[in-house]
Amino acid sequence: MRMQSISLWIVKHVFKLILLLLAVSLLSFALISYSPIDPVQAYVGADMTRVSPEQRANIAEYWGLNESKTEQFLAWGKSFLRGEWGTSLIYRTPVADVIAERFQSSLALMGVSWLLAGVIGFWLGIVAGMRQGTWLDKMIQAYCFMLASTPAFWLGLLLLTLFSVWLGWFPVGLSTPAGMNAENVTLVERLRHLFLPALTLSIVGVANVALHTRQKLVEILDSEFIRFAKAKGEHGLRLLWRHGLRNVSLPAVSLHFASFGEIFGGAVLAEQVFSYPGLGQAVVQAGLGGDVPLLLGIVLLSTLFVFIGNMLADLLYKVIDPRMRKGENG
Amino acid sequence: MSDRLIDRGTFLRKFTFNRRQRALFVAMSMVLFLTGMVAGGVFLGPENLAVNLDNRNRPPALEHLFGTDWLGRDMFVRTLKGLTTSFGVGVAASLLSTLIALGLSLLTSWHRMIDQVITWLIDLFLSVPHIVILILISFALGGGFKGVVIGLAFTHWPSLTRLLRAEVLQTQSAEYVRISQQLGKSRLWIARHHFLPQLISQMLVGFILLFPHVILHEAALSFLGFGLSPEEPAIGIILSESMGYLSTGMWWLAFFPGLSLLLMVVAFNLLGRNVRRLLDPYQDHQ
Repeated sequence: MRMQSISLWIVKHVFKLILLLLAVSLLSFALISYSPIDPVQAYVGADMTRVSPEQRANIAEYWGLNESKTEQFLAWGKSFLRGEWGTSLIYRTPVADVIAERFQSSLALMGVSWLLAGVIGFWLGIVAGMRQGTWLDKMIQAYCFMLASTPAFWLGLLLLTLFSVWLGWFPVGLSTPAGMNAENVTLVERLRHLFLPALTLSIVGVANVALHTRQKLVEILDSEFIRFAKAKGEHGLRLLWRHGLRNVSLPAVSLHFASFGEIFGGAVLAEQVFSYPGLGQAVVQAGLGGDVPLLLGIVLLSTLFVFIGNMLADLLYKVIDPRMRKGENG
Repeated sequence: MSDRLIDRGTFLRKFTFNRRQRALFVAMSMVLFLTGMVAGGVFLGPENLAVNLDNRNRPPALEHLFGTDWLGRDMFVRTLKGLTTSFGVGVAASLLSTLIALGLSLLTSWHRMIDQVITWLIDLFLSVPHIVILILISFALGGGFKGVVIGLAFTHWPSLTRLLRAEVLQTQSAEYVRISQQLGKSRLWIARHHFLPQLISQMLVGFILLFPHVILHEAALSFLGFGLSPEEPAIGIILSESMGYLSTGMWWLAFFPGLSLLLMVVAFNLLGRNVRRLLDPYQDHQ
């Protein structure tokens, strides 16, 4: 019975994912074909004056630009499925390589800040919830409220001014020092470049988890079983550890997994501010430079990324919470 | 003794406000604050933005509250102008988003299939990072005011639609809606007379609470270079230009404009929360 429901769950999600990717690629393709940017011009770049109209027509013919949009989409889809994602126009290397390389840097950035934001946010939420109504709780709430209204990239600019320009503790940009091969860069050097963007993202990411955790904890502390536990003489950390934490942690972790989209969006901005060579910077350059293959690749990858986050959030509920497990068969 | 206690009680009652009054007070002050910001930006003429090379790169002082930039333009005026632009984008995009959300949520009552399609669309739009869709849309439309507004409108409807849809579904099962259906009232009639009155307050609150998201996304988009064009006064443009001057220590170029944007967003958040408290006190407690 158990195995069956798990396989059913997997099949359902794979189906959902395929449908989602199909819809997203269709939508992106439609949007891109509306773009006023001429792909041939974007490809040739500044040499446009030296290209004769015949050569232009040849390129258009070679790329199949004269065929109908539907045929273009089908052709693109076929080669995409075969793993040929095309060549990036600005980096002049296969899109898959660009994405793979950039995604690694981004993953390091997003992973670190995701973990930090989660841990700090959870802790803040617990503190606020346990001290509900005190000035500490109000401070934490006000702090989170302000954070939710803060433009992430502005915070990044402030941190950059403070730490890199005034204090000179951190480099101003790039994840590797200029004039050095990527292999020779030490781990310490990498961490130094990672620190500020990660700090920005974690400061901003704290708000949601903290407020959610606080809300849940307040609800739980108000319940019958807590009153009973208190009547037995339990209080403080012991009470939290035995009765509060279990109930609070699952929704918090699940919510945090569902925030992959936000952290991706935040990474795009943070990478731009700190000129950190990740996926976010690549998508900005692809958009500004009319690099359609790269843009499409990153759009699909980010969709997959967010989908995985949401799926994990869903899965956590299913696997960990015994009540959900039982309800699954019904 | 007891007389004095009563006296103190009535005294306090006279000079403290209940939650509703407080909410009204906060909402009114936020409206005033925002009106002041926008009016300032509208009424300050372009002569205040004149290039004045003698006055370049001045740090904040009484004369120039937010300092001046590398062309000697007053940053306070530039910031106010930028906020006015943000406000304009916010009004247009939030209004469009709210209308989309209203239309789609009313459509869900038509048929179960339509409801499923719309629910799927909501999930679809929520599963691509906002900024990525925004980049795509402004890539397609070529940026500018129109591109930004359309992009923002088409990315911010899902969460509000979800709320309104739930409300429609709840109302749909009510007795009086059934009776109206039995009486042969048209779908449009039912939507107008039964659903719409239920949705109004949520719509208004949703509309106000969309502003913060829309304004922040517009600034981010302009900052990245996909939004408003560099000639337009916008906070995103100011901040992205300031990047080139931060390393020379001109911190005020970024600090004050960003802080003002933050204050505007906070004001909208407070306004939305307090309007909700006024319109829907029950919901607020949940």
